[in-house]
Amino acid sequence: MLKYDIIVIGGGPAGLAAAIEAKKNGVDSILVIERDRELGGILQQCIHNGFGLHIFKEELTGPEYAERFIEELKKLNIDYMLDTMVLDITEDRYVSAVNTDKGFMTMKAEAVILAMGCRERTRGAISIPGFRPAGVFTAGTAQRFINMEGYMVGKEVVILGSGDIGLIMARRLALEGAKVKVVAEIMPFSGGLNRNIVQCLDDFGIPLLLSHTVIDIKGKDRVEGVTIAKVDENLRPIPGTEIDYSCDTLLLSVGLIPENELSKKAGIKLDSATGGPIVNESMETNVPGVFACGNVVHVHDLVDYVTEESRRAGKNAARFIKKEMAEDCKIIETVPGNGITYIVPQVIRTENLQDTLDMFMRVNNVYNNSKLVIKADGETVKTINKRHLAPGEMERIKIDLNSIKNKAISKISVEIEKEGV
Amino acid sequence: MLKKEMTCIVCPIGCQLEVTVKSNGELEYVVTGNKCKRGIDYAINEITNPTRVLTSTVKIKNALLKRLPVRTNGAIPKVKIFECMKIINNVEVKSPIKCGEVIIKNILETGIDLVASRSM
Amino acid sequence: MYDVAIIGAGVIGTFIARELSRYKLDIVLIEKNSDVADGTTKANSAIIHAGYNAEVGSNKGKFNAQANPMFDKVCEELDVPFKRIGSLVIGFDNKDMETIKGLYKNGVALGIPNMEIIDGDRVKEIEPNISDKVIGALYAPTCGIIGPWDLAIALAENGVENGLQLMLNSEVKDIKEEKGKYKIFTEDKKIDVKYVINCAGLYADKVHNMVASPSFKITPRRGQYYILDKSAGDFVNSVVFQCPTKLGKGVLVAPTVHGNVIVGPDAEDLEDKGAVNTTADRLQFVKESAMKSFPNIPINKVITSFAGLRAEANTGDFIIGESREAKGFINVAGIKSPGLASSPAIAKYVVDLVRGLAGELEEKKDFNPKRKKVIRFESLSSEEKAKLIKKDSRYGRIICRCENITEGEIVDAIKRKVGATTVDGIKRRVRPGMGRCQGGFCGPRVMEILARELGKEINEIVKDNPKSYILTEQTKNNELYDEEVEKFVASAIEE
Repeated sequence: MLKYDIIVIGGGPAGLAAAIEAKKNGVDSILVIERDRELGGILQQCIHNGFGLHIFKEELTGPEYAERFIEELKKLNIDYMLDTMVLDITEDRYVSAVNTDKGFMTMKAEAVILAMGCRERTRGAISIPGFRPAGVFTAGTAQRFINMEGYMVGKEVVILGSGDIGLIMARRLALEGAKVKVVAEIMPFSGGLNRNIVQCLDDFGIPLLLSHTVIDIKGKDRVEGVTIAKVDENLRPIPGTEIDYSCDTLLLSVGLIPENELSKKAGIKLDSATGGPIVNESMETNVPGVFACGNVVHVHDLVDYVTEESRRAGKNAARFIKKEMAEDCKIIETVPGNGITYIVPQVIRTENLQDTLDMFMRVNNVYNNSKLVIKADGETVKTINKRHLAPGEMERIKIDLNSIKNKAISKISVEIEKEGV
Repeated sequence: MLKKEMTCIVCPIGCQLEVTVKSNGELEYVVTGNKCKRGIDYAINEITNPTRVLTSTVKIKNALLKRLPVRTNGAIPKVKIFECMKIINNVEVKSPIKCGEVIIKNILETGIDLVASRSM
Repeated sequence: MYDVAIIGAGVIGTFIARELSRYKLDIVLIEKNSDVADGTTKANSAIIHAGYNAEVGSNKGKFNAQANPMFDKVCEELDVPFKRIGSLVIGFDNKDMETIKGLYKNGVALGIPNMEIIDGDRVKEIEPNISDKVIGALYAPTCGIIGPWDLAIALAENGVENGLQLMLNSEVKDIKEEKGKYKIFTEDKKIDVKYVINCAGLYADKVHNMVASPSFKITPRRGQYYILDKSAGDFVNSVVFQCPTKLGKGVLVAPTVHGNVIVGPDAEDLEDKGAVNTTADRLQFVKESAMKSFPNIPINKVITSFAGLRAEANTGDFIIGESREAKGFINVAGIKSPGLASSPAIAKYVVDLVRGLAGELEEKKDFNPKRKKVIRFESLSSEEKAKLIKKDSRYGRIICRCENITEGEIVDAIKRKVGATTVDGIKRRVRPGMGRCQGGFCGPRVMEILARELGKEINEIVKDNPKSYILTEQTKNNELYDEEVEKFVASAIEE
């Protein structure tokens, strides 16, 4: 049986950064397992620029960003397997996987890092009524077809969902000669960055309809059109507001879901708010020695943050291997307060932190000129003024360890305080 | 006099800007709606010389994939985007290609090169 | 000249075809769609009913009761997923319990075995998640769940292995009688045949009227369903009905043989025989009805919804028999629920009808009732997986990550007799695309394998019927550009 100190599941940005960081922290025996035919994960199909501003201080495309990490991984002689699917992980860290070359393998790892990423929410999951013709694609699938396989998915396109992938795909389709008729967004605000709304929609004269959704799909064989309607504050379609669009393609950019089927098999507890594992300050799950990072934990907006988080996971997995981790510590819980959807990490052991505590979170609505208030057992320890908060933008907070260390704290909460309250 | 509305993209706030162009011999730009100074520069640049980095793909032979991702190594005038696309679409390269390798030099006399954005 | 032509390759047509393929007959099975099981057979509740519902003396009652015990053998022979998990008709009040008693008595009269009326506590034992308001139920242990399209595909494959001919993409345009024989016209073929068996489902009236004056009418009765993710698979253990109404057996909640949960259907009479679209209001109704049985049903785990059309005959019963006007023309029409559950008995009966017309049928000595087993990688043990990949490395490449389906299984589904040629065909045979990602990840890979195995370009691969294209053309085509958009971008500078 193959034995490794660390097995990293997933060779996308999270897995690559985690493996590299673990190696740099003194762990030699590392294996990265990737199910696709090459490393890099979803970045390989994200050919637009805008990656790496935080990490590299320049704007890279997805493949460029990936290539830097792939090169480094190779330089560090870290083992990896491609076209290999992990079928099972056990609580005692046996990993079984298959590929065409080595067949069925069972491997033992001292530590496992989960970096499987996420998948797209589908038409079925949001139950759009109508026919079920060809021509309904998730944005990511269309992106793969166009950017990697070199095939167009349609000529006249309607896009549902204004998250960044939807916006980016609007521009890609327009640049490749398709007519993008409209982008509909069920929420009263876009989940995407302003920059993308301007450069992907406004630049090409593509209208964005906020508070609108697709309520019917027509066409028995191939999409022939969709009906879009305005929605009320409860997101229910308003009768009488229906508009028919003829189109041959409907693209869906309606959310991402961390992919945790393997995690469940290993007995890992998930947070219903993130859809990912509950992790501590070291990115370790409730199963000792099993770490997680990237979009499998929570869906990030910037790959730079994925890298940052994954480096933390890699470094701590190395500390775990070297038995440097404080295990029996007092636990502090993080609690999302008013206006906050979730906080990662969910559990903190201050003994394992160096100078600061990093927390990632998302807000549940658009807030202008408000404050993020961090409280320890109800007592305010930090207040951050925010001119703008939106659900599409992840918030990162750093807290000075001195403000919470050596105090008998059981909960740290974050909440939004609106101006004038 | 010409008015143009736009969303500022300098920071996530996304101010709704309005630029008024007055012409009395010389062009004068008046920007309103901005919450900070950077909005003014953005608006004037957007109205006088909007530029974009263009990313796309070109055909590639004998490679793992059928398309090679490419990018301009700097921003090109927005007006030239489709003209550039038509040139890009007529290019076919052969594997192996290194990331950063120039595919089209000085595309449309912009002074900017089209380069491969991955190795393949 | 064929001896028998069967029109329609749904579960009824394929079952009859396979049963007839036991005999020395030249048989042709004609299907308008690009695959078998592409009509009502692919969109129904997938239940083998115990059989207590239908009226005593009706065809439905007779065939369902006869057919139910026949499934174990045929599913074993053809390697079709089938499980007897029992059904419950639950009652919320005394009026319901009266209905349940009536069903029980009806079932006894029809000869349905082992039924019991049980109290609320026993219902709760069987279904821990059921509503606390349930006071009792009719329990019928012989009810089963099946893969309906798996069955029809397996029947067709077995029939073809035993010599029958399958014609796909062949819509019957006309039928002419000539000297007691028939000539069937499709778009591009003329088929001479002695006997015709009309299994055209929703279009059985149309096909019948090609040879005889109208004597029945088929109306599409639509039913809509939800499918829940496998992670909700253990939410329900049996097939749970509410008390029937005049429109049918009502909304059921049941596990599927593939490990999901099925919720539905409603019932809605329509005119359009192509109206397989879902609608928001009816899906809402299905959801609310299901919540009456199971208040905590995890409807947020929906992975897809669909609609099916039942072929409702105006006679109210199955129409099975030779046409009075057209000799040698057998109708098997109006086969709505419990049609799937009655299919083996209907097939047997139709074989007898053919025997009546053609005289004694000679059995083939080499008839093979068995189908080569389908390898389901995910259900194998570690040792079996290892062995299989050593033998054929394509079983080591996972294509569908939701259900761990391998390239080997997909290639097998293409290479078999009655093999898949479309994305939906693959999906029905080996399930990639049926999981929670609904084909998002595996779709491009499945198309690539189809193209490779069928010697086609990837953009020639369709979802289902020939017009259901998925990809349009290669990128980098300058012809595509829309001048309006170009002009818009060009107008960026207005001075």
